[in-house]
Amino acid sequence: MPRVPLSWLGEHVELPADLTAAQLAADLVKVGLEEEAVHAAAVTGPLVVGRVVERTPEPQKNGKTINWCRVDVGPAHNEPGGTPRGIVCGAHNFDVGDHVVVALPGAVLPGPFPIASRRTYGHVSDGMICSARELGLGEDHSGIIVLSEIGLDAPVGTDARELLGLGEEVLEINVTPDRGYCFSMRGVAREYAHSTGATFTDPALPEPTDVRPAGFAVEIDDDAPIHGVPGADRFVAQVVRGVRANDPSPAWMQRRLQQAGMRPISLAVDVTNYVMLDLGQPLHAYDLATLTAPIVVRRARAGEKLRTLDDQVRTLDPQDLLITDSPDGRGSRPIGLAAVMGGGETEVSASTTDLLLEAAHFDPVSVARTARRHKLPSEASKRFERGVDPRLPRVAVARAAALLVEHGGGTVDAELTDVDRTTPPASIELDLDHPGRLVGVPYTHDEVRDVLTQIGASVRDARTGVAEVTPPTWRPDLTVAVDLVEEVARLRGYDAIPSVIPPAPAGLGLTWAQRARRAIADALAEAGLVEVLSYPFVGTEQLDALGLPDDDERRRTVRLVNPLSDAQPLLRTDLLVTLLDTARRNVARGNVDVCVYEIGLVTRPVAGSGAAPALPGGVRPSQEELDAIAAAVPPQPRHVAGVLAGRVEPAGVWGPGRRADHTDAIAAAQRVAQVAGLPVRLVADAERAPWHPGRCARVETLDGVVLGWAGELHPNVVAAHDLPARAAAFELDLDAVLGAAPTDALQARAVSTFPVAKEDVALVVPADVPAAEVLDAVRTGAAASPAGDVVEDVRLFDVYEGDQVPAGHRSLAFALRLRAGDRTLTAAETAAVRDAVVVEAAARFGATLRA
Amino acid sequence: MPENPATDSAAAGAPLSPLDEAGVAAAVEAALADIAAAGDLDDLKTVRLAHTGDRSPLALANRAIGGLAPADKGAAGRLVGQARGRVNAAVAQRQTVLEAERDARVLVEETVDVTLPVDRRPRGARHPLETLQQRVADVFVAMGWEIADGPELEAEWFNFDALNFGVDHPARQMQDTFYVAHPDGSDEPSNLVLRTHTSPVQARSLLERGVPVYIACPGKVFRTDELDATHTPVFHQVEGLAIDKGLTMAHLKGTLDHFAKAMFGEEARMRLRPSYFPFTEPSAEMDLWFPQKKGGPGWIEWGGCGMVNPNVLRACGVDPEVYSGFAFGMGIERTLMLRHGIGLMHDMVEGDVRFSTQFQAVI
Repeated sequence: MPRVPLSWLGEHVELPADLTAAQLAADLVKVGLEEEAVHAAAVTGPLVVGRVVERTPEPQKNGKTINWCRVDVGPAHNEPGGTPRGIVCGAHNFDVGDHVVVALPGAVLPGPFPIASRRTYGHVSDGMICSARELGLGEDHSGIIVLSEIGLDAPVGTDARELLGLGEEVLEINVTPDRGYCFSMRGVAREYAHSTGATFTDPALPEPTDVRPAGFAVEIDDDAPIHGVPGADRFVAQVVRGVRANDPSPAWMQRRLQQAGMRPISLAVDVTNYVMLDLGQPLHAYDLATLTAPIVVRRARAGEKLRTLDDQVRTLDPQDLLITDSPDGRGSRPIGLAAVMGGGETEVSASTTDLLLEAAHFDPVSVARTARRHKLPSEASKRFERGVDPRLPRVAVARAAALLVEHGGGTVDAELTDVDRTTPPASIELDLDHPGRLVGVPYTHDEVRDVLTQIGASVRDARTGVAEVTPPTWRPDLTVAVDLVEEVARLRGYDAIPSVIPPAPAGLGLTWAQRARRAIADALAEAGLVEVLSYPFVGTEQLDALGLPDDDERRRTVRLVNPLSDAQPLLRTDLLVTLLDTARRNVARGNVDVCVYEIGLVTRPVAGSGAAPALPGGVRPSQEELDAIAAAVPPQPRHVAGVLAGRVEPAGVWGPGRRADHTDAIAAAQRVAQVAGLPVRLVADAERAPWHPGRCARVETLDGVVLGWAGELHPNVVAAHDLPARAAAFELDLDAVLGAAPTDALQARAVSTFPVAKEDVALVVPADVPAAEVLDAVRTGAAASPAGDVVEDVRLFDVYEGDQVPAGHRSLAFALRLRAGDRTLTAAETAAVRDAVVVEAAARFGATLRA
Repeated sequence: MPENPATDSAAAGAPLSPLDEAGVAAAVEAALADIAAAGDLDDLKTVRLAHTGDRSPLALANRAIGGLAPADKGAAGRLVGQARGRVNAAVAQRQTVLEAERDARVLVEETVDVTLPVDRRPRGARHPLETLQQRVADVFVAMGWEIADGPELEAEWFNFDALNFGVDHPARQMQDTFYVAHPDGSDEPSNLVLRTHTSPVQARSLLERGVPVYIACPGKVFRTDELDATHTPVFHQVEGLAIDKGLTMAHLKGTLDHFAKAMFGEEARMRLRPSYFPFTEPSAEMDLWFPQKKGGPGWIEWGGCGMVNPNVLRACGVDPEVYSGFAFGMGIERTLMLRHGIGLMHDMVEGDVRFSTQFQAVI
């Protein structure tokens, strides 16, 4: 994001003398330019220009040779009596007489690296002669900076922080995608003026309009515009001859480029970058000698290749917009990816003296696609994607040409090429009451007109109360009336907007399902489970660890194109996949008694589903299109799952505690259904991973709709997840539970005040008959007795297997509580209930009453 | 057992005459003295049997009344009856006192160490991110809003296009989106993503519910950020949307101010500053004044908001000439970190039970 050196900004807008970066940030944030960082002065303390007066090489025992130097750093910094400072230096690329940069004790270099006098190699080194890298000026650490070699000079004792631009704070701002023009000092200065009312002078106005003879031939020939928009609608070319293109650029320019975060390279490159940073217009300099007219701007052809400036050979896409020249026929040779990166064959080289400067205007969409396709986000593409002022090219070329001639000699050709197919910005009709109506501040019509004029728009009264607003060319983001409303709100200040709570219509509160989900989550927490959240990303190995069969529906997953980890590219189809890992992590951290649960969405793609339709924004899709979207978005049912491992009841003064087992998991699952008010039944299920085949219950509605499973985990799964033995788990489709639950208000039974009759019945049944089925028979039988609806409660209280029942059988003892609503039950009636129970159980399972 | 003259006299077998006023009085006195001297309920039982039992002097005297001359019976009956009454009353009174003493002693003897650990079946805990989302929902429900939700794996149209993110717009690239592969395994785009914000619920709610609408949607969102101290690829937002006739940015500000106060107390303040989102115009970032900020009070970025862009309304079949409204979204994690001084994102996402169990109380 752009960096704003204060002194540079001050060239375009009046700044208070005592302005700090922090204050500038506060001013800019009010108009929407957020502070990204304040880059402190790179160097603090004494950093001065010194002249080497003595240099004595001293070979060391370790094989290195150091230089013991005396450096004149001026009367203010030399030793008392005027003796030059003694400094040890390990570099050898300098000699007596050279002007160098010296950090004196008390200076702090980037790092931070504080400089102090220190004893080394038998001398007291009283400072340091600095390399470019040590000053944060680049990566060069091959030797120290010799000022003359980088085109700089200054008297001994001069503050080198000033000279090198290392003493100034720089504000880095964050520019939102609609504000491309703020990628320039010009734009930031304008916004500063909007915020503070300071006087702003637009460096890009007035635009040169003088007619010049046609220069280097340029043709724009886009035969495949994207979205019907030509890839380029302006191309300005200017030839400058006899320039010392490879000289270093002037020190002030280098300093500003560095402050802005760019590396100085050569005059030709630095000038184009400098003008871009200042005005916002990307420029390109070609070596004129390598070009053959005409330049043709066209789309690439399939298979075409270009070696770009970074020395990569890139295969081009027919949607890429190219700059080409014509050595083997018109447009035969690509010389640049338009607005993204130039080509290697035509770049400015050591022998270049004649330059062709390009300043063009490209379609943001075309640039964005090319930059993305080739993964080449450049300074130019960043600006074009966000929109560049189409009136800038001539101004920018004129500035660049003038700078080149000023600092590198040569002449600017009288000819100039300007292929201009731009269209002026479309005007927008604005109801002058609209800003006030939408923002809630009663802006007057004059206020609205003033603000829009300030931002550079021309405002004309179309009819009473309605203005015709033509946005400035640097604001391609302003296209509809609400865009102008924002400008009014922004410049008049968001702080001026009052705070009013809207009176919403009376709402219905949370839905039943929302309340039920809360109650279920709370009930599980009350039951001793701890709620956790886990990421939904899984890999095949995790599915394997659950022991899922190859054809399990949970292996039909959604895959991510760009997962964070290649090992986990899939979305979970069950919560347990990730929850078991969470349990494992807890155990590994010493939380060995771990009862956790999670409520969340899982993704269950439907076999044979396709892609969602790609539809435009701004238009309501048809019902068919919405249906197609709905069909493509995979079902994502909300599940609830829990893992119970280790002790569910801790050991303590009361005794040894109790380890989790399948009953805890089943109880938790039943609790979920109970809170939802849904009666469920349990069915033994030997086939469901990741559970123990003999200790897994399928949880179903009474109609047989499967809701989920609960029980002890398979020993292999327990081992694979390093969990305590006998760990248990449950997982239910919570949406299915809530969907099956009765929604009608529960109808309460009257509370009978007649006495209760208690009856115990022990039934001997074959051992493989599930208790739940016997219980069902007891209930059914009791309900069918002549006594009528008198069963208040039935509870299985004892299971016996042993000598007193036949082999292969067991006795199940039930306690019945019987009570009628309208009378005291007689002994005959309770006996009848008991008989009916036995009859039913006998009919179903051949049960007998235990003697 | 105390010295007991009555017992002694009964044992001596010298019958007490029912007409012997002095003898009866002496028997009563003897009984009262014994009763008063009874130290516990067992003593009292012995004393009671000795003085009121069948063979006690007064009982025998009473029995002897039958053998008296009819003229004497009245006086004798009164004398003995009153005597027995006094003795019985004294026994009953003493019984009450001794029972109370016994009960008090038993309670003392039953004393246990009530500070021993008692938590046989510890409670679990909700995850604070979930509890906080409920709290957020409650604040909006209290304003008359309703709570909506939507899918986490979402169609690009809902996540981007409906929200005015053009296919080539830089904002779409800035979202660090997880893209979903085509279900047929090909390289063709599926046009499905993990939602990068809760904003697609705006479009879904408008299409499903129509206008006016006032909804909040807490939920999970996804960005391709590696987990570190302040980032997580899976996090939570709450989205708000209000569309009605005549809604303004002042209403947006009022709603956010109220919400900030509900979450952070009466002193909480909110600041809006201009920003850009494709689905709102005007757009704003909202900053929260946070007095407890590390290094001194200051503004903290809390989320984005703005007036819903007319293009979004059109995409949802709502006429922007008639309806207007606002939307906002803010991070739940950030809110939780701010409120509870949580320094590391890891603690919230790794599922360590020691984190959640800190939050057993109402937050």
